[in-house]
Amino acid sequence: MWYEMSKVFGKWAEEHEADIEELKYTFRRMRQNPLSLLGLSIFVVFVFLAVFAPYVSPYDPIVQSLPERLQPPSVTHLFGTDELGRDLFSRVLWGARISLWMGIMVIAISVSVGTVVGVLAGYLGGRFDELFMRITDMFLAFPMLILAMAIAAALGNSLENTMLAISITSWPRYARLMRAQTLSVKEQLYVEAARSVGASKTRIVFKYILPNCLAPIIIQSSLRMGGTILAASGLGFIGFGARPPTPEWGVMISQGRRYIMGQWWISVFPGLAIFIVVLGLNFLGDSLRDILDPRLRRG
Amino acid sequence: MKIYEYIARRVLLLIPVILGILTITFIISHVFPADPLAALLGPLQMRELRPETIEMYRKRFGLDLPLHEQFFNYMSRLVHGDLGDSIRTRNPILEDLAYYFPATIELAMVAMFMSLAVGIPLGIISAVRKDQIVDHISRLFSLAGVCMPSFWLALVLIIVFYYRLDWLPAAGRTSISSILPPTVTGLATIDSLLAGDIDLFLEVVRHMILPSFVLAYRAIASIARMARSSMLEVMRADYIRTARSKGLSERIVIYRHALKNAMIPTVTISGLMFGSLLSGSVLVETVFSWPGLGWYATAALTNVDFPAVMAVTLVFTLVYSLANLIVDVTYGWLDPRIKY
Repeated sequence: MWYEMSKVFGKWAEEHEADIEELKYTFRRMRQNPLSLLGLSIFVVFVFLAVFAPYVSPYDPIVQSLPERLQPPSVTHLFGTDELGRDLFSRVLWGARISLWMGIMVIAISVSVGTVVGVLAGYLGGRFDELFMRITDMFLAFPMLILAMAIAAALGNSLENTMLAISITSWPRYARLMRAQTLSVKEQLYVEAARSVGASKTRIVFKYILPNCLAPIIIQSSLRMGGTILAASGLGFIGFGARPPTPEWGVMISQGRRYIMGQWWISVFPGLAIFIVVLGLNFLGDSLRDILDPRLRRG
Repeated sequence: MKIYEYIARRVLLLIPVILGILTITFIISHVFPADPLAALLGPLQMRELRPETIEMYRKRFGLDLPLHEQFFNYMSRLVHGDLGDSIRTRNPILEDLAYYFPATIELAMVAMFMSLAVGIPLGIISAVRKDQIVDHISRLFSLAGVCMPSFWLALVLIIVFYYRLDWLPAAGRTSISSILPPTVTGLATIDSLLAGDIDLFLEVVRHMILPSFVLAYRAIASIARMARSSMLEVMRADYIRTARSKGLSERIVIYRHALKNAMIPTVTISGLMFGSLLSGSVLVETVFSWPGLGWYATAALTNVDFPAVMAVTLVFTLVYSLANLIVDVTYGWLDPRIKY
């Protein structure tokens, strides 16, 4: 079986040789920059903890244990316990799960919508372009968190609706990016060549335009993911999205507020987790930008 | 074209933007909710009402009409300043907004001033001393500002400066025992000065320090980053080399030649930052019990007071559009090449 698998993999590797080389190059470049390595490590640990939270967390994040309530950080409870005696370390680990989940969903929805709209607007041009760019203008006229708040309030208070609300506020940025990218790729010589040998519009979009939009999308997504996590936790903090007892970071900070006078750790550790993850995503995004898009390299 | 002609044209261009904004708020309030009437009356009230009364309300709010007629009604109500009634306070929302608005504007303006006054010099020092220790510290400081959740920073500062050190107050615009000065402008700092009460003025200022810093921090960070990178960009330009080779002092090169050119992108981002200040005020005012629109919005959210949430959204967005208009006008002053 291993032999079969290695043969399949070998064939795949042969077909994707260029991609693999590209990936190797990316990693080589990342190794040279300590900050991007730090960002990557934070991201990997974050994803690992999010995926394996049930296995690595020492306690159940929901089960209460009143005799152990409000204990300061110690060896048994690394981050201490909250007002219901739940282990904060475990809750913070489980919180990674919700944040990653929300981040991925929001990016997936807004990237898909943004790409479809942006590529169509850029490629078709004309009235369609005009219409959709005016629509993105309208959305960008709102302060983001405020718009997300209003949409979440209209849809009703739930985790899914909050994700949807944040997605609705962030797709216009991707649409803008994709439109600009499409416009510049469209004028390239190889697209003209493809057109002149009779490639269909669909083929040009899927074979030439979309692959060239990949790098900016990846960069933008990794930079925006931090912002998404901040927005989601902010909404959680004011009581939108996840609800107690869900171990969402924003909700945890909000619940710890009543105890900050004496039991600072309840609010401080979840916030620290948000800070570190967003910091990591920023390092990662910045370094990906430098590596994948040399034109954007900053002085 | 003269500058006021330009301003007049930009103000006219604001009209389609506002129409767009209203279209979106209309869709959010009339199409998104499962039952728009429940959103207007609040779920608790809905449960108590008899079906006949519910139908009566539906007629009264015009929710039985086709959507396009509802849209025209919505517009004409807004033009007449009717934002509906708050479910929570039972007041006309316009009155509530008028009451809470000054506190938010005061905080946002102080924060905006703070972010420009700190962010721009920070970015310039960073650029001039590139890769030296000052640069590293200021970049670290900026990065932290972009990545930190503001509501969390607020809580940490309250723990440190209020509970531990007891240096600064942590809630409200004044102490509970003090009475706000008679309202003239609604801005507590100016009103207390107008009343000639210096002690009260100092107290108001002390109450503003923590919330305005937390609100400003993110903007400070973004402005400093932008000022740094555009300053570095400008410092490489040919005219800077010319200025240096003429033998001008570094001071004059930086302040006379580089600074003004580096300010253009910085001003753009400041306008965008005003939007994030308004967004941030929702979280920051909630933590500091600051009686402004952001606090009002959170109170409305937790009490399922949907009309109030929509009204705050609308007001914040209009203020944001105005801020961007001011930014556009500022360009011309900074860069005479931009033709009005």
